[in-house]
Amino acid sequence: MKPARFHYVRPASIAEAVLLLAEHGEDASILAGGQSLMPVLNMRLSRPRVVVDINRIAKLKGIALADGAVRIGALARHVEVMRSPLIARHLPLIAEAMPNVAHVAVRNRGTFGGSVALADPSAEMPACLLALGGAVVLESTRGRRQVAAEDYFHGLYDTARRPDELLIEALIPPQRPDTLSAFMELSRRHGDFAIAGLACTLRHDAGVIHAPRLVYFGSEPRPVLARTAMAALDGKAWSPATHDAVAAALADDLDPIDNTFGSPAAKLHLQRVVTRRVLDGLPDKARAA
Amino acid sequence: MSLADDSLEETMAVTMTVNGERVSRAVPVRQNLIDFLRTGLGLTGSHIGCEHGICGACSLRLDGAVVRGCLTLAVQADGAEVVTIEGLTASGEAADLQAAFVERNALQCGYCTPGMLMTAAELLASDATPDRDGIREFMSGNFCRCTGYQAIVDAIETVLRKRRRLA
Ligand SMILES: Cc1cc2nc3c(=O)[nH]c(=O)nc-3n(C[C@H](O)[C@H](O)[C@H](O)COP(=O)(O)OP(=O)(O)OC[C@H]3O[C@@H](n4cnc5c(N)ncnc54)[C@H](O)[C@@H]3O)c2cc1C
Ligand code: FES
Ligand code: FES
Repeated sequence: MKPARFHYVRPASIAEAVLLLAEHGEDASILAGGQSLMPVLNMRLSRPRVVVDINRIAKLKGIALADGAVRIGALARHVEVMRSPLIARHLPLIAEAMPNVAHVAVRNRGTFGGSVALADPSAEMPACLLALGGAVVLESTRGRRQVAAEDYFHGLYDTARRPDELLIEALIPPQRPDTLSAFMELSRRHGDFAIAGLACTLRHDAGVIHAPRLVYFGSEPRPVLARTAMAALDGKAWSPATHDAVAAALADDLDPIDNTFGSPAAKLHLQRVVTRRVLDGLPDKARAA
Repeated sequence: MSLADDSLEETMAVTMTVNGERVSRAVPVRQNLIDFLRTGLGLTGSHIGCEHGICGACSLRLDGAVVRGCLTLAVQADGAEVVTIEGLTASGEAADLQAAFVERNALQCGYCTPGMLMTAAELLASDATPDRDGIREFMSGNFCRCTGYQAIVDAIETVLRKRRRLA
């Protein structure tokens, strides 16, 4: 299992990279951490003519707080995000979710941008990006544009990114101090892709939940903002009645994929289990905060 | 940019430090780092299992961090510092870990062992002192088909406690 022949190019700047993408379009594959692309090349499930290795583009690196948003460069490796004091402080949802991404060696190479570009249905970072109301910045020779997460994830491995666009960075508003967040996923083994999962943020005053954002992943072709369930939860105290209402609402929001990991009914059940566990844990989390 | 004939094997000149020694070679651009080390340099200590990132047999150290040798191209290591199990052994960094693996019977066929040691060495070099569950979590990307893991966790835990002066 070795990759088929390809041409290898290693642009040093964003400008150079987008020129290459403009020239080669769908014949080119962008290589970031390689933790998803290399398996596909090794198995020859994909045979790009040109591999564009972006790892030496300095402007794609780093994590910073600027103009009221946390900027995570496309090349920020999972391990950097996991250890970043800035992320721990301003985006605790991401800090909580990251240990669920793969294993040590994969986190040492895999990148935030690669995860968001790939849009695997079970991936944690796309779900967090959507729950936090973030956006991605895309650039091509035609210019730069910003796309909100809500408009970015279209379907199974399908996003608003065009083949000639390079993902530059994610921009995420810092979590407010009074915002609680929680993350949970169910997978067969630690580090495996999730079968069901929830990334959420909400406010919690005197036992009443406000402005919840619930994003489900794993069971759906893309991360889903569960608007009906959010409406069922907003302004309510968490009680058996609210729990029933949210569980019922989830049937409207979700349409789980049928695959070897389970039937749609089983996955809807698991998403309800995750919801209950997350919300039952919130009062303790609120007290600890 | 014009590209060469698609039917030719494209190569690129790279220079990297492998186990402390500088090597310069022309490598096929599609060659994985693990294959370059094993076939190009004869360093067959790192193993190849699945070739798609699942098993961890190919674990090696690239610029100080453990990575999958099957998911990194040799050309990507241009200018980098690579340490394989041969280098880890020669430096003595893992001598106590290797002795603990033997003592605890943490290997049977030994196929996974080089990868296990490379990953465990990263844990030992960090400032973390996880419990057994944490050790398992850290090692979760390395598969062993023989031991059942218990003995591997025992060996790592023993060395961790010794190095942290907890036992
Ligand atoms: C054993 C194993 C377990 C894993 N488990 C998980 C898991 O639990 N959760 C999870 O989320 N992931 C998991 N992964 C995947 C891992 O997180 C990858 O790192 C991630 O999905 C892709 O990031 P990458 O930088 O490696 O991207 P690459 O593999 O380099 O690229 C992935 C795709 O994105 C495109 N791309 C990359 N960067 C850009 C960019 N800047 N602009 C435009 N396109 C770009 C590439 O062309 C390619 O199509 C696992 C991987 C392995 C091998
Ligand atoms: S051979 Fe690299 S992870 Fe299995
Ligand atoms: S000892 Fe045989 S695979 Fe681990």
